[in-house]
Amino acid sequence: MPELSDIDRQILATLQGDFPICERPYAEAAAQLGIGEAELLARLESLLADKVLTRFGPMFQIEEMGGAFVLAALAVPEARYEEVTSLVNALPQVAHNYRREHQLNMWFVLATESKAGIAEAIAQIEHDTGLPVYAFPKEREFFVEMKLEARL
Amino acid sequence: MIDTIDRALIVATQGGLPLVPQPYHAIAEQLGIAADDVMRRLRAMLDAGIIRRIGAVPNHYAIGWTANGMTVWNVDDAQVDTLGAQVGALDFVTHCYRRPRALPAWPYNLFAMVHGASRDECSAKVAQIRALLGAACRGDDILYSTKILKKSGLRIAR
Repeated sequence: MPELSDIDRQILATLQGDFPICERPYAEAAAQLGIGEAELLARLESLLADKVLTRFGPMFQIEEMGGAFVLAALAVPEARYEEVTSLVNALPQVAHNYRREHQLNMWFVLATESKAGIAEAIAQIEHDTGLPVYAFPKEREFFVEMKLEARL
Repeated sequence: MIDTIDRALIVATQGGLPLVPQPYHAIAEQLGIAADDVMRRLRAMLDAGIIRRIGAVPNHYAIGWTANGMTVWNVDDAQVDTLGAQVGALDFVTHCYRRPRALPAWPYNLFAMVHGASRDECSAKVAQIRALLGAACRGDDILYSTKILKKSGLRIAR
């Protein structure tokens, strides 16, 4: 794991949201951190290169524009795990995919621009892998706020 | 709803903002529209909830959250909405949803994500949820993630 500097920690603590929309947003965010614009840009580049950050930018809520997010799972035979991972990840509709310890050992989130796109993606995965997809569409959302600070 | 320019803006930014001093100007140039228009549309999408937030998306493992568990609960249908709201309100739960069961393989209808620097830390959090649910819960499990296979976020087609 890469070593995080104090400034990296501060970036993680304060910049998981509220990035400004203005002429020089990095300069404005950097000023709040007490560093220069060029230093913030360099830190972000290095955090992305080290995969401490997976992305820096807007997080979209596709349901607010007519699309859908659905959590789904597969029970993948161990011998086929790598092959099935490649097949599933090849779909651009797969936004995240995690290996988990359970008989249902592959859990992914489908994000599609239309609600009909979910069924199409599921049919595609079932066709490509020959495995049944378990879909767990949310029936009710009680809470979502994914902001975790660095704790290294 | 969004128009075709908003959609082009989503396609241009879904992989991340340009790391240049004037990122919105860079996007504007790429799309052939004015920077003011880019900024106005992004603000409107934020206000509408189409953009949840703008900023850093960390890899949780890399910042020390190495135990990430999806806790799942088989909760009495009559009580799941009340109790789900209470579980979602716990300060350590990052996502909490009611989802359909898939019987007989999957009896769980409440999902809550918990995170820790160790599995012991997650177990303590699970114990708190279990205490909160009490007799309304007839069974539970925790599915730890052992590998991120993909984490690209939304990718709509160009």
